[in-house]
Amino acid sequence: MRPMAQLAMVMNLDKCIGCHTCSVTCKQAWTNRRGMEYVWFNNVETRPGQGYPRRYEDQDRWRGGWELNRRGALKLKAGGRLKKLAGIFSNPRLPEIKDYYEPWTYDYKNLTDAPLGTDYPVARPVSQLDGKPMKIAWSSNWDDNLAGAPAHGDLDPMVERTRERAAEKVRFAYEQTFMFYLPRICEHCLNPSCVASCPSGAMYKRSEDGIVLVDQDRCRGWRMCVTGCPYKKVYFNHRTGKAEKCTFCYPRVEAGLPTVCSETCVGRLRYLGVVLYDADRVTGAASTPDERDLYEAQLDVFLDPADPAVIRAAKEAGIPYDWLQAARRSPVHALVSTYRVALPLHPEYRTLPMVWYIPPLSPVVDALAETGHDGEDAGNLFGAIDTLRIPLEYLAELFTAGDVGPVRASLEKLAAMRSHMRSVNLGDEPDPAVPAAVGMTPGEVEDMYRLLAIAKYEERYVIPTAAVGDARRLEESALPEACSLDYDGGPGMGGDGPFGQDSGRRRLPLVPVENFHILRRRQTADDEREV
Amino acid sequence: MTVFLWGVLPYAAFALLVAGLVWRHRYDRFGWTTRSSQVYESKLLNIASPVFHYGILFVLVGHLVGLFVPASWTGALGVSEYTYHLFSLYGGTAAGVLAVAGIGMLIYRRRTKAPVLRATTANDKAMYVLLLGAIVLGMAAKLSDTSGDGYDYRGTIAPWARSLFILRPQTGLMEGVPVLYQVHAVAGMVLIALVPYTRLVHMFSAPVQYLVRPYVVYRSRDPRQLGPRPDRRGWERAGS
Repeated sequence: MRPMAQLAMVMNLDKCIGCHTCSVTCKQAWTNRRGMEYVWFNNVETRPGQGYPRRYEDQDRWRGGWELNRRGALKLKAGGRLKKLAGIFSNPRLPEIKDYYEPWTYDYKNLTDAPLGTDYPVARPVSQLDGKPMKIAWSSNWDDNLAGAPAHGDLDPMVERTRERAAEKVRFAYEQTFMFYLPRICEHCLNPSCVASCPSGAMYKRSEDGIVLVDQDRCRGWRMCVTGCPYKKVYFNHRTGKAEKCTFCYPRVEAGLPTVCSETCVGRLRYLGVVLYDADRVTGAASTPDERDLYEAQLDVFLDPADPAVIRAAKEAGIPYDWLQAARRSPVHALVSTYRVALPLHPEYRTLPMVWYIPPLSPVVDALAETGHDGEDAGNLFGAIDTLRIPLEYLAELFTAGDVGPVRASLEKLAAMRSHMRSVNLGDEPDPAVPAAVGMTPGEVEDMYRLLAIAKYEERYVIPTAAVGDARRLEESALPEACSLDYDGGPGMGGDGPFGQDSGRRRLPLVPVENFHILRRRQTADDEREV
Repeated sequence: MTVFLWGVLPYAAFALLVAGLVWRHRYDRFGWTTRSSQVYESKLLNIASPVFHYGILFVLVGHLVGLFVPASWTGALGVSEYTYHLFSLYGGTAAGVLAVAGIGMLIYRRRTKAPVLRATTANDKAMYVLLLGAIVLGMAAKLSDTSGDGYDYRGTIAPWARSLFILRPQTGLMEGVPVLYQVHAVAGMVLIALVPYTRLVHMFSAPVQYLVRPYVVYRSRDPRQLGPRPDRRGWERAGS
């Protein structure tokens, strides 16, 4: 066992209202620069829909992620090392900017500078790539709220697959349709195919917190990572010629703050926490033969932070104490492993993604309520989850490589929670059979409810700071070596300065943590011996 | 003049190359990139770029063989002068045609695709002129004399090139060389000198280590990056 810590995220899709606040704040914080106009480290897609960049899930075309070769070993879908180097002079699988969308601005100057005339001046859209006037035809959320779905919806690769497998149609007729929002950031995978694709070795996974980053000084602009990432969450900065990607807001996270997207999320649907995993088991899990078993395989990679053996091994591996403590309090671990309501996005890419999603129950509840049934009655809900096959199978294409079992289990838990909590809130006697039907106790259901519905800031974001884990070492390194003149009777001889204990020639006003308590005790003690 | 061109310029070019690479590595690693324009336009590039790069790599191999394999070695292998000439003529011309066709397409693409043209700097333009000039001059020099055994550069240019490495440049060897070859050689040396100062620098980051490194790279946080950063040079705070 080789335990490693990973900062991970869970998003509760039931709560996403598609407001794009996360995208906008992220954009303002990170990609509000020339060369990155078309880049959204965080984007929110309406599903069914093509996503951003268009049809990024079509891996027959973009060749992202891993696949198994004939011997059952992992291999990059876009080709191995030799093929990559031989084809380094161009990358046929690289999306062009226009596959994302052509970024534009408006000719605002015309509004003030236009000569006097009979027509009102207008600000025409101008391409930010070539500076010429352009027709706006697509953008990162062009098909927001199913806009144009009758025309574009069929192009969703997951709709295509659902139709292949379920033989029935996902309908885009107005009364029969369904939709939900899918916010996406970099998955910070355990088995990142972008890192594996980088010929320069500029991309890396941080060993302390698992955040996947691009070393801007070592990136040489070969663009293989863009192809390698099946989620298309590595972007090419067309001005600097370097790859850039979501950084999990590491400067904030290191200081114990949540990522910008989490912090500003209006629906408070994001959870951040530490997950412990066994690095030795990653490759094995990623090479699971049947792609439908990948979800379970990834769960097996995670370690139980309460297990004494795990704690011992983690300590030996150098994971700091407060990280272990955070792992035990981690909402992500609870939602992923304890309650098993969160699911990974596209496990079939074999990258073991670490941003997980709680599938949306709302379309089911709404559909029930519209047909005149009680949308929160457990019996109705359980039945409805199965009869509304299309959403279930569509969700399964997204979250479990097409296996509806885990999606149904997750939705049933959410349905049981709604039903149980309704009884509690209405003062009815809760039926213990409802939680039991999904393998939970009433207590567990209420705990899950607390986490999903009313968890406060500190419960949603359990982030150990980088510095505290290292505090002792940092403190030691920050303390100055003893002054060279500070020998007995020397000119730098210690002692009180002219204005008391803290005055004089002390070089750093730094008090080691241990001494802080000693100092306080000395200042507050009545008796000298107590000190 | 002879001494300057064939005794000084080669060393100056080499010095500029090395100094430039060191400077770039120390102070401008962020700018050390291919500056790919593929995200603007992919279709033409997917054909033109491999054609040019493979062509120019073969050209490079050809130059290495021509300049650094003495005639006596090939003679010892039983390769006659005429066979060698044919091999060098056809092989070299094929590689040269690939390179010229590739760079032709690339320049056409750069000129006609508006976003690509907009991302082209003055430095790029100068580099293109020099690169294209060197390639075309080389082709012209080679094709200007194809009769019989052709111009035997292995009796003059190659020994001169080798003499550079033992620090005893035999500049006299270059005096009788046809002008086209001379101009080509000078253009080549200027190009070598300019490599680190243009986007051509990406040739020195050929990622061969990719073949042997583990797929997933782990790196730990730089401990110096925790906590406040040290003051930048020239901005150190006066005592507190």
